[in-house]
Amino acid sequence: MIDPVTDVKGARPDEQITTNPADASQRMRMQTPMIAVAPWVIAILVLLFLPLVFTNNSALTIMNQMSITIIFALAYNMLLGQAGMLSFGHAVYAGVGGFACMHIMNMTDFFASIPLVILPIFGGLFGMGLAMIVGSFSTRSAGTVFAMISLGVGELIAASSVIIVAFFGGEEGVSGDRTYAQPFFGVEFLQQIEVYYLTAAWVIVSALLMFLWSRTPVGRMANAVRDNPERAEFLGYSSRWVRFYSFVASGFFAGIAGGLFAINYEILTEENLNTTSSGVILLVTFLGGVGFFFGPIIGAVVFTLVQTVLSLQTELWAFYAGSLFLATVMFFPGGLAGLLMMHVPVFKLGKAGHLVMPYIKTLIPAAIGVLGLAALVEMTFHYRHAATGDNEMTVFWTTFDSHTLLPWLIAGAITIIGLGIARATAPDLKEAWNEANTAGGGA
Amino acid sequence: MDLILVNLIDGLVTGLLLFMLSAGLTLIFSMMGVLNFAHASFYMLGAYFAYQISLALGFWLGLLIAPLIVGVIGAGVERYGLRRVHQYGHVPELIFTFGLALLIEELVQFIWGKNQMPYNVPDVLNFTAFSISGNSIPAFKVFMIFVSVGIFLGLLFVLTKTRVGMIIQAALSYPRTVEALGHNVPLIFMGVFGVGTALAGVAGVIAGPVLGTFPGMAFVLGSIVFVTIVIGGLGSLWGALVASLLIGWITTFAKSYNIEMEGILNAIGIATPENLSDNPLRDFWALTSPQIADILPYILMVLILIFRPQGLFGKRES
Amino acid sequence: MKNITKFGAVSALSLIIGASSAFAADIKIAFIDPLSGPFASTGTNGLHQFEFAAEYMVNDKGGLLDGKTMEVVGFDNKISPKESLIQLQVAIDQGIRFIVQGNSSGVANALTEAIEKHNKRNPDSRVLFLNYAAVDPALTNEKCNFWHFRFDANADIKMDALTDVMVENKDIKKVYIIGQDYSFGKAVSDAANRMLKDKAPEIEVVGDELHPIGKVKDFTPYARKVVSSGADAVITGNWGADMLGLGKSIIENGFEGPIYTYYAAGSGITAAFGESGKDRIRLISQGSINPIGSEEARELYNAFLKKYPDGNIDQSRIFNTIGMLSQAIEEAGTADDVVAVATALESMEYESMWGGKLFMRPQDHQLIQDMHVGVHTNDGLDFDYDQSGYGIKNESTVEMASMDSPTTCEMKRP
Repeated sequence: MIDPVTDVKGARPDEQITTNPADASQRMRMQTPMIAVAPWVIAILVLLFLPLVFTNNSALTIMNQMSITIIFALAYNMLLGQAGMLSFGHAVYAGVGGFACMHIMNMTDFFASIPLVILPIFGGLFGMGLAMIVGSFSTRSAGTVFAMISLGVGELIAASSVIIVAFFGGEEGVSGDRTYAQPFFGVEFLQQIEVYYLTAAWVIVSALLMFLWSRTPVGRMANAVRDNPERAEFLGYSSRWVRFYSFVASGFFAGIAGGLFAINYEILTEENLNTTSSGVILLVTFLGGVGFFFGPIIGAVVFTLVQTVLSLQTELWAFYAGSLFLATVMFFPGGLAGLLMMHVPVFKLGKAGHLVMPYIKTLIPAAIGVLGLAALVEMTFHYRHAATGDNEMTVFWTTFDSHTLLPWLIAGAITIIGLGIARATAPDLKEAWNEANTAGGGA
Repeated sequence: MDLILVNLIDGLVTGLLLFMLSAGLTLIFSMMGVLNFAHASFYMLGAYFAYQISLALGFWLGLLIAPLIVGVIGAGVERYGLRRVHQYGHVPELIFTFGLALLIEELVQFIWGKNQMPYNVPDVLNFTAFSISGNSIPAFKVFMIFVSVGIFLGLLFVLTKTRVGMIIQAALSYPRTVEALGHNVPLIFMGVFGVGTALAGVAGVIAGPVLGTFPGMAFVLGSIVFVTIVIGGLGSLWGALVASLLIGWITTFAKSYNIEMEGILNAIGIATPENLSDNPLRDFWALTSPQIADILPYILMVLILIFRPQGLFGKRES
Repeated sequence: MKNITKFGAVSALSLIIGASSAFAADIKIAFIDPLSGPFASTGTNGLHQFEFAAEYMVNDKGGLLDGKTMEVVGFDNKISPKESLIQLQVAIDQGIRFIVQGNSSGVANALTEAIEKHNKRNPDSRVLFLNYAAVDPALTNEKCNFWHFRFDANADIKMDALTDVMVENKDIKKVYIIGQDYSFGKAVSDAANRMLKDKAPEIEVVGDELHPIGKVKDFTPYARKVVSSGADAVITGNWGADMLGLGKSIIENGFEGPIYTYYAAGSGITAAFGESGKDRIRLISQGSINPIGSEEARELYNAFLKKYPDGNIDQSRIFNTIGMLSQAIEEAGTADDVVAVATALESMEYESMWGGKLFMRPQDHQLIQDMHVGVHTNDGLDFDYDQSGYGIKNESTVEMASMDSPTTCEMKRP
């Protein structure tokens, strides 16, 4: 029942005339090694220099969280995007990997003999081990059967986390101290910044490995099995084994994410295993876009920001997050990455300039309108739930009395005008879009 | 012995409640292939609407009106949301319902706040129907049994004896052919979605006073509904009924009797290891059935999927 | 492409973090508890009480240390240990030195360990952890540290007082213990078994079981077991929806004795029990609401209701937390040197407006206070809960409960 990527591509009609750099088949043909290497070099440089811009510990902590989510989401996309397998319980592989790392941290003698840097490998191995066990019976078929088995197994392991206290530590989880590892060239990982570079290095290494995996024959066959298992079988490949290998590899990288979690937070609890975490990673991956290798990276960054930073600003963050997901799935099924990649053909045709003005005309009013709407939502919430007498509220750095009419009128007017202009200019944008996507006088 | 009878009745109530949710879901699933994650959210909406209506108009009008509102909202979601997403494939549909579930929970908190609602059993039904050796069976539970059995019979009648039912059944298996025969399949989809969610709404109305009306009520029920329809076999109304009752009874009996893992293992000839408190498997040995009662359905589901992927009564795989 | 996105996102991030730290009160307290999700109601109610306490008890009276104001900043941890640690980091970066948290001992465990590590690794930005509700005994025993103070009575102290009252009731011969299957539920069960055996060997424990936390849809089967066991009383440490579900089910299905609870009040639970719980639900708590502890408390409660008409003061210890912290800051003469504040807090004696004297025991940082066992009723109340007409009225009081209880804490002072 599940083949997201073909669906996604269906919504991207210009595939044939593009040279999409993330698209495997075309990368091989079109690109020189220089261009293939460029994104990785840029990524490394950016990760190296980010801490110089954001020096405070909380920014580092949030970036670490992003990095962990990136690895996990990429691992998840090996299943969902590349092999077309929908898992509802993937958090358990990351979680079990993380718990294993915590236990290693607590084995004082052994832990003191290894450098902290290699700890995530153990997480990966444990995640992989569990994936091998579960995969041996769950990958026999794809589709609903696989999805529901993953849900069942996920629930079972999550439930046992509070029952099997010896391994999972019950409600309070298992904690340890990363600084007891063997110092790595004198670094003891006392400070966030040291942990940041460790995590960043692992992001690059794992992303690269996962990317290379998608270029191996097994990785390619996963796509074939996803799109048409029958034809893949005729070619002499066992679709079951292809699914199994993808599943195990995904479990390995999920376990690495779990290991990094252990290093960052020095505690693992039931939340690392539960269905909410499994659901979140599905949403993250989808938000970013399952059709592209880098899609989950965008999803992870955006979601972490929404969850951690937006929630500092408003209690209603989950409401906005839900709306964002609904809007994405309804209007941009390719996810944010799909949205970005829609523009590649425009650039190839050298017509990006034609889009700038229509975009400004439509998107800026639309954004203002949406912000106006958010202000209305916040005001309603404040009006209903704030303490009596506490009429003052602050939205977008403006403080006013939510019980008077004026702010409502202003916010309402901004919303209506913003969305109204956007609506009025939308046809122009559509036209400009069609025009920009037409090569020469028609492709 | 008396307790067994009481447990049978309790399990029946739980099972029938589950059935009202899974009946709608299994129809929706088999017809549109949508794993509707928001189904339990419609159940929650039913309870909240009924609570709000019962404040003004009393419980009975709530029972009548709330499911209708939920059904209309459900149909609206199908018409303006799902139908749009349908063209992109199943995973986007699933994510859509996933996001919808999140959003509904947030909306409910936005409107009603985060506390538990004092939505109570109506006074007419607030008495003990009968008791069996000290265990009272509240009249409301008897009422729940009647409502859900009534709904099951009604549904069965509509699906097997009426023209609409015939078309629905046909559309379940061959939507294209049915469309070619001149029937408006999208309308049928919308109708089925509306009715399915309305059923979930009914379940919410009558479960709210017993199981509590709070923002987490959808999440608590959440995935167990899927488990039910997968065990029963996708698209099978009878399967949904049997699986619901099975789950109702299994969980009830597992909670009622303290069966210990140690006892089971000893019975099949595995001796309790010495120094149990140091054994890495000590927690496994100390398991009791009430601890794992609520995860038994998942174990059952995994086993069924491994050995009979089409479910108990299903005719086709996925 | 991704790098640009990431860069933009991260710039936005630092902007927003910067923006929230821009406006500043002089003494800030970070409230790290769930403000969204299934446990949001408890968290939001707690935050309101903290904000009100800081406003009413400190700022309206001219502030601390010659006019410094106090501000409580809410951080939403979504009851997740991971999010709590992230928010802790954000709070520390905003220059906050006092952390309050209470919901979930799991989160409290994560926080107390993280804070101990942080204070060891970053002596320049040390913080104090004021725990106002997490009651896992381990926090003031084997997991205790200098930075953690508990203002609630721990599970053992509560059970000690509860069993003191229970053994007085000669009608109770058989007791059923039921709780959530996690550390706290187990702690309650252990304590109940141990103390009943000590105090009244003739009382029989006819049932002792745990159910999955937050997963039980229908408590009927458990209620059946309670009824058929012939128990005269039930003890439960359940909270939230699990408390309400269990209590309602037990009453509905024919149990007629008292139900001794830790958390069956406020947050909608009192209203939802309503008439059905009258004279049945017993609650162990500290701080006397009915009768109100003092005239000062009555004024405060009325002012609170003026601000939050549908609110409850169901956690009077929050006001003790703010009161004791303020006194400690005044005594230490600083709000920046947390070691000095902590030293002032240790072994502090404080007159609570909710009645009785409070004593912060220095050997484990556990607050010792009077414990009350109250009953759910609509009769003779000063203040009800949830605007329902029902509230908790004191029946018996244990003064300075568990003053001499042992602790395994080995406090290491800096």
